[in-house]
Amino acid sequence: MSVTKYESQLREPLVNGDKTYGQVTQDIVHTIEAKPTRLWYIGFYVSVALLLFGVYSVYREVVYGIGQWNVNRTIGWGWDITNFVWWVGIGHAGTLISAILLLFRQGWRTGVNRAAEAMTIFAVMCAGQFPIFHMGRVWMAFFTLPYPNTRGPLWPNFNSPLLWDVFAISTYFTVSLLFWYSGLLPDLATVRDRAKTKLRKHLYGIASFGWSGSTKHWQRHESLSLVLAGLSTPLVLSVHTIVSFDFATSVVPGWHTTIFPPYFVAGAIFSGFAMVQTLMLILRKVMNLQDYITLGHIEAMNKVIVLTGSIVGCAYLTELFMAWYSQVPFEQDIFFKYRIAGPYGWSYWLMMTCNVVSPQLFWSRKLRRNVLFTFIMSIVVNIGMWFERFVIIVSSLYRDYLPSSWSIYYRPTIWEVGFYLGTFGLFFTCFFLFSKYFPVIAIAEIKYVLKTTGESYKNDMSTLENKNVDEFIHEMHDHHEEGSVKVVHH
Amino acid sequence: MALKKFVVGCFEDEKVLFPAVAKVRKAGYKFHDIYTPFPVHGLDKAMGLRDTSIHTAGFLFGMIGTTTAVTFMTWVFTKDWPVNIGGKPNFALPAWIPITFELTVLCAAVGMVLTFCYICQLAPFVKKHTFHPRATDDLFVMVIECGEKTDEQELTTLLNSVGAQEVNTQVAEEGWWIGRYDQEQELYKEPNIA
Repeated sequence: MSVTKYESQLREPLVNGDKTYGQVTQDIVHTIEAKPTRLWYIGFYVSVALLLFGVYSVYREVVYGIGQWNVNRTIGWGWDITNFVWWVGIGHAGTLISAILLLFRQGWRTGVNRAAEAMTIFAVMCAGQFPIFHMGRVWMAFFTLPYPNTRGPLWPNFNSPLLWDVFAISTYFTVSLLFWYSGLLPDLATVRDRAKTKLRKHLYGIASFGWSGSTKHWQRHESLSLVLAGLSTPLVLSVHTIVSFDFATSVVPGWHTTIFPPYFVAGAIFSGFAMVQTLMLILRKVMNLQDYITLGHIEAMNKVIVLTGSIVGCAYLTELFMAWYSQVPFEQDIFFKYRIAGPYGWSYWLMMTCNVVSPQLFWSRKLRRNVLFTFIMSIVVNIGMWFERFVIIVSSLYRDYLPSSWSIYYRPTIWEVGFYLGTFGLFFTCFFLFSKYFPVIAIAEIKYVLKTTGESYKNDMSTLENKNVDEFIHEMHDHHEEGSVKVVHH
Repeated sequence: MALKKFVVGCFEDEKVLFPAVAKVRKAGYKFHDIYTPFPVHGLDKAMGLRDTSIHTAGFLFGMIGTTTAVTFMTWVFTKDWPVNIGGKPNFALPAWIPITFELTVLCAAVGMVLTFCYICQLAPFVKKHTFHPRATDDLFVMVIECGEKTDEQELTTLLNSVGAQEVNTQVAEEGWWIGRYDQEQELYKEPNIA
């Protein structure tokens, strides 16, 4: 039964339960103040172990050279660049949630934006490792930067998409970090002011930069967030566009196509949302945040997944159509002989099943709101998106223009796999630390939407409903008076 | 910076806060600030604060980024070290769009955040006086500076009458200093109050 006469049945609340501001703080901050659970420790140690294995794998690659991997003259990119594109793609969902949904005024972003932004930062950190260590002589990585040097000075080639990537990824990382941390300042101050132990008060005091909650500061903070969102929106689109240029500007069949930028961006958002789902479903369960990350949030994200999954599906079909329509024999061979068939055909069909067919199940509202099904789908989608990059890279490269250099089967070494597992270690180590030491939900933003949604909104509405027109007009008049008040200084 | 005397009124509900702000303003008192746990829309207008122009700083920093990128790449490829790449023009503006864009965004974002930190006096190790520890939790804390002619008693009564849950008087440093949040610091030996 509804409390009010005119209750909208369309929107479900963003925050469940009739909560006060104090309860919101308590619900979100108490995990920072409590000792971590046993599950947290297990997860953390497993992540650190993976990270150490990754460090050792990278150590072997640096010391003994790129020969530790099975990449060869034909399949020069292999697992390494597959992983790079996969991780960068995952990062995109965080920026989409925090920036694009802010510009579109989507209230539901407040429940998930903080953790999604953290995910972005950690994913970009993982992604960056791959091209850097793929250089082989990693100690020369700084050669990509345009600094005055003793070799001429010799400058990097600003016309090269690989250099664009250096600028795009580093800018993306920096801007995401600034956006995330400026949003964190008020919430870190909340933790600081609640802290009971001296050490916590001191450390959060440093981390919160002396934030006080002044109205003027909030006003600037909101303006800053809005402009950063406005900057991040084209930035996030540019980053994956530039990543796709790494492929699209080459003359390799299967890569040399103008559909790549939108196709890559849609795929990035698709896989990113899947990763957000994986993390959020665990987070809300472990930290008991079901009131803040509701089924409504999960459903909204599943809608994005089915949309972007369908865009990706269209792109796959368009590629096949264009290969036939272009009448270029090389394109046709790559797609129809070596990609959907041939020794790597299985990876193509795995990709098709995971990315195009299975997300269509999300047209059903029942499945969109099923937590277990969503969790399984989020893993399926990420496997599918990993194989998408694998298919693009390996199936375009293993049979190139020169049949004598054809490589029949490419299989990664343990150190190549170890590097990939190591980035999982890095990602989850960072995420576990984040979930322990930082507010995983944007506290101030939740408080801001609290009274415009859910139970407290309904309570307000019922008092408003009982008012008559005269009272309303009287109030309006009062507000008008207040606006034009003359201030007399004492 | 100096020590000053403030009357502090704490409100639990923004619905009570807004009329209170209007009444306190009408009575002619000067706000030092109102500390809120989240951005309360319209409060800046109600307090009579002007709009922020921080976005202008962002635009200017962005322009610096654009100019730097274009002029630097032009200088490198047309003056300092021109390379013949298949006879293509050295001044290859379309190919420079990605880097120009990235540098614009980078400069705008970094510049704006630094400007924000500077004008709000935010930095690691910076400390400010906390008028109420729950100002970052669930209280709206109105702080009014006492001038020479301010009648403290009258102001306290006024704040109580407009719905403040808790009213007190504090002597505090109005600006920031380098300090630790886990320690109370004696900033001045003798408070210099009129």
